[in-house]
Amino acid sequence: MSAVSTGELLMKLWRGDASGGDFVEYRLPAQEGEVVLDVVHRIQATEAPDLAVRWNCKAGKCGSCSAEINGQPRLMCMTRMSTLPIDEPITISPMRTFPVIRDLVTDVSYNYEVAKLIPSFTPGPRPAEGYRMFQVDVERGQEFRKCIECFLCQNVCHVIRDHEENKAHYAGPRFLARLAELEMHPLDTLDRRAYIAERMGLGYCNITKCCTEVCPEGIHITDNAIIPLKERVVDQRYDPVAWLGRKIRGRPRPMTPADVEPYTGAAAKAARAGQAEAS
Amino acid sequence: MSVVEGTARPAPIPVEIGRARGGPPRSKVLRRDLWWLQPLAIALGLAAFVGYGVWTAFRGDYYFAGAHAHYLSPFYSPCFVRSCPTDVVWGPAGSIGSVSPALLVLIFPMGFRVTCYYYRKTYYRSFWASPPACAVADAGSTKPGGARSRYSGETRFPLILQNIHRYFWYVAVLFAGILTWDAIDAFRFGPNGWGLGLGTIFFVVNAGLIWAYTLGCHACRHLCGGGLKRFSQAPVRFAIWRKVVSPLNAHHQLFAWLSLFWIAWTDFYVYLVSSGAIHDPRLF
Amino acid sequence: MASVDYERHDYDVLVIGAGGAGMRAAIESLEQGCRTALVCKSLFGKAHTVMAEGGMAAALGNVWPEDNWQVHFRDTMRGGKMLNNWRMAQLHAQEAPDRVLELEAWGALFDRTPDGRILQRDFGGHRYARLAHVGDRTGLELIRTTQQRAVGLGIDVYMELKIVRLLKNDSGEVIGAVGFYRDKGNFVVFSAKSIVLATGGVGKSWKFTSNSWESTGDGHALALWAGADAIEMECVQFHPTGMIWPTSARGLLVTEGVRGDGGVLKNSEGERFMFNYISPYFKDETAETIEEGDKWYEDKVNYRRPPELLPRDEVARAINSEVKAGRGSPHGGVFLDIASRRSPEYIKRRLPSMYHQFKQLADVDITAVPMEIGPTCHYIMGGIRVDADTEETAVAGLFAAGEVAGGMHGANRLGGNSLSDLLVFGRRAGLAAAERAKASSVETTLSEAQIKEVIDHATSFFANEGGENPYDLHHELQETMQNLVGIIRTESELIEAKEKLAELGERAKKVTATGGREFNPGWHLALDLESMLAVANCTTLSAIERKESRGGHTRDDYPKADPELEKVNMVSRYREGNYSVTPEPKPEMPPELMALIELSEGEGKSAPAKEESK
Repeated sequence: MSAVSTGELLMKLWRGDASGGDFVEYRLPAQEGEVVLDVVHRIQATEAPDLAVRWNCKAGKCGSCSAEINGQPRLMCMTRMSTLPIDEPITISPMRTFPVIRDLVTDVSYNYEVAKLIPSFTPGPRPAEGYRMFQVDVERGQEFRKCIECFLCQNVCHVIRDHEENKAHYAGPRFLARLAELEMHPLDTLDRRAYIAERMGLGYCNITKCCTEVCPEGIHITDNAIIPLKERVVDQRYDPVAWLGRKIRGRPRPMTPADVEPYTGAAAKAARAGQAEAS
Repeated sequence: MSVVEGTARPAPIPVEIGRARGGPPRSKVLRRDLWWLQPLAIALGLAAFVGYGVWTAFRGDYYFAGAHAHYLSPFYSPCFVRSCPTDVVWGPAGSIGSVSPALLVLIFPMGFRVTCYYYRKTYYRSFWASPPACAVADAGSTKPGGARSRYSGETRFPLILQNIHRYFWYVAVLFAGILTWDAIDAFRFGPNGWGLGLGTIFFVVNAGLIWAYTLGCHACRHLCGGGLKRFSQAPVRFAIWRKVVSPLNAHHQLFAWLSLFWIAWTDFYVYLVSSGAIHDPRLF
Repeated sequence: MASVDYERHDYDVLVIGAGGAGMRAAIESLEQGCRTALVCKSLFGKAHTVMAEGGMAAALGNVWPEDNWQVHFRDTMRGGKMLNNWRMAQLHAQEAPDRVLELEAWGALFDRTPDGRILQRDFGGHRYARLAHVGDRTGLELIRTTQQRAVGLGIDVYMELKIVRLLKNDSGEVIGAVGFYRDKGNFVVFSAKSIVLATGGVGKSWKFTSNSWESTGDGHALALWAGADAIEMECVQFHPTGMIWPTSARGLLVTEGVRGDGGVLKNSEGERFMFNYISPYFKDETAETIEEGDKWYEDKVNYRRPPELLPRDEVARAINSEVKAGRGSPHGGVFLDIASRRSPEYIKRRLPSMYHQFKQLADVDITAVPMEIGPTCHYIMGGIRVDADTEETAVAGLFAAGEVAGGMHGANRLGGNSLSDLLVFGRRAGLAAAERAKASSVETTLSEAQIKEVIDHATSFFANEGGENPYDLHHELQETMQNLVGIIRTESELIEAKEKLAELGERAKKVTATGGREFNPGWHLALDLESMLAVANCTTLSAIERKESRGGHTRDDYPKADPELEKVNMVSRYREGNYSVTPEPKPEMPPELMALIELSEGEGKSAPAKEESK
């Protein structure tokens, strides 16, 4: 059982909005067996009913309660109080990479904008007896599909955390993993490599692995997704041997971003709007 | 030509940039653990190796313990300049001038390590401070007055050259072969004798660690099978990928350090033996 | 205030809720070419569907070629204690395989059979291994696949938006909805020709629940307030073994596998109490002594199963009695002990996810100490009454699919049937909603007065000075439902609950929201309370009315099933500010389907249908 049973907690929660704010201290008795989110809820139910915090499942499966606990990006529901140095104040602050809406809640819409630009899964025609895939072929993709979209990897990635202008041309670890999943999908037929290099900004990643370190699902984002993508891009653009091989065997040319457009949500929507206007 | 026209900037991701983000001051490090310890230790480790490497490479002497046994320092292998001992000289001896042989050879393993995905992480963190540690701001990115350092990652010259890592890997396989040869050669004592000295064991371990590091390379992992779309259609490549390369790759960091440390140790041992500072105990 | 500020959107189809059913409905509507909006109370892709673990039931026949829709239909009806809407059960069994294959074509990566087809897993109550799955995260796979499909089609998503009321025109058709963004607090008005409700469950009205904060029954309430009918609201599934301690894990499920692998239930005196609760009905198939029960784990042919493995309601009732008799654990449950009975290696190998769940969330090592468990509210079988083929409710233009809709699961749901339910009826609702929108020339001009009324009501909580804290009221509601309308019910307690709910209803109008409208959880809870009270009222009234025990509804004072009540639905309605419940005859099953159920009665004995496991 946890060592926490008596004593007082000193919680420093960041309160405020995009225009400003500060850490506010809350003192409350320690209780046995709590996670950080429980303590935040206790503060909410007693002292601060309007304390903004995002959460859903409280079991590490939905990825809503991302925050920074003592400066470390974590899920609040999966961080037990007994693992923290509770004889000192515990600070909880919102994710830094995204604009604060209020208190611990941030505006993560950037991620949803990137998601719209991912060229969709595009399988080949379905054989009469149905698709066949083998367990060894789906296992790599299954690792990335464990992702709960908590966006802690996006948050910790210094490419956008410390250099915000890169948000305009960099997809971030979550979506590079998504793209890797598509590129490794046994039924998919698109070649997104040029698009990944150009529009998804793969080259901005300098593989410093913080995304892997913070992933609550333990996905090896850097080793199993981003580096394999980098190598695939090398195949296509930086490796004359591979280039020559393609020439000889007459493989089709890689896709350009323009080729990919019809497969993204934004393009589908624009096409529908065009149709509606025409009719 | 099959390469995408890459000059025009693609349409940006529609996101508002530069608006107030709120939250605690960006320059403030909220982490309370010893986050600076790891990058510091790595910086010291790398600096120590580089310092040692420079000393040993420019030394140009005491790299072959031929009088006792065929111990050729891995820093000097393959040896193909005029001054190389005849026992171990490679290629058309004497065709290249009299610089330290190490200086010519080291370019390749150094290139392999400098472009290695793992070492890139270490020096980006420890020397560039980009980032120094997770959730700690990049150096220069929080300067007052909104000034921020530009960051272009590996998209521009010179860092775009990191993409040639796999060519260094091809050469690194050659080097691993050469160091394996050296390890076999380290069983030779005198003109025709065979034996086993303490140094021989060091050479064997050295070759083993070099292979472990080289075969665990991310480029190797891609080339041997990782680049496939369907493993089920290439069972042999899949077996290599899953049973050999991926397990080694999972410990790439460990082998990167062990092989780095061991290569320096092997060199130093050869130096000690050939300079007469110690005697290599012969076990058989 | 002369005019109210709000954002305005016009669509053909509005889908409320972005779990599996809402997502599937929106995809269908988009593919039909309709302008479609998808509204969700959380961020996109966080819906409670992600919690589903086991798999989705579909008679694909990949593992057992003998499996077909008729057998699946039979299993579903028997599991639901024949209270199901037969047509829904039939459509579900017939169409589930197509929905699963469709997910595969959209990129889902199910676990595979050795010959490369979708692998299917065994589950309680299903005669054949039938659940397509991805490890223990099938729900997440379903959400991601449909989410990515919808995004690929260019869906318009309105995230973190709570709908407060639906709007109708003079001819009684639903034509719009008013809500607000939870993050910014500003109001939004949608007009649409069809509206699909896919808001999920109601668990947050109970104290111990496996549901998240979102499951407040908003859809049930919106539909009832708009004039639709709800059926079988008394049929709530309680899982007997939910974690209750530590606080951090309260309500989380503990899989039945723990008991199947040797875990036993003990009270505070260390007694293995289940042997005292073997009802005559199960006497023949249950071990009488501890020795006999223990031998069953090794030899399932010659010995009878221990009473820990009795059906869910039996186990839950026994736990309830022990706690009431003062022999409960310190936190109001009982002990589930596997630590003293199996080696740590065995537990870790057989129950890895349980081991990690307790270790990570609770810092409890289940190989060393017993778990504290108690019944937890899990799922509501009842819901909005819909037409089986189109999912249209009693209100024109309003559709419902998923957990918010009633009928499909009868009195008890089989594990694995919920995920396939979402897809089958989500698609049907989306299709029917799109067809209606295309065919309908309904005028969707909304009444400004109505909009203003809703917004004024929603913001009134800020003006309630000195009122109660909504969190306190929520706590009281949960205590009431847990203690009086929990797993075991009696007339007197239900009447007490009914009176208490009336009082809470009055107090809920006067709770105070402090602070501003920007992401204010206190204010959100004040509004959610209205929905929770609607559900609580319907459940309580229906529970009073159904004077029998059947599936998820157990009455201490009527412990047996009443064959007459099998033929009726308990229909809840909201009229002029009051909730009422009336029994109405249920659609009758055609004889050829009836024959399917009766025919296989005997065969079913060869493979004893277990109760549903997690």
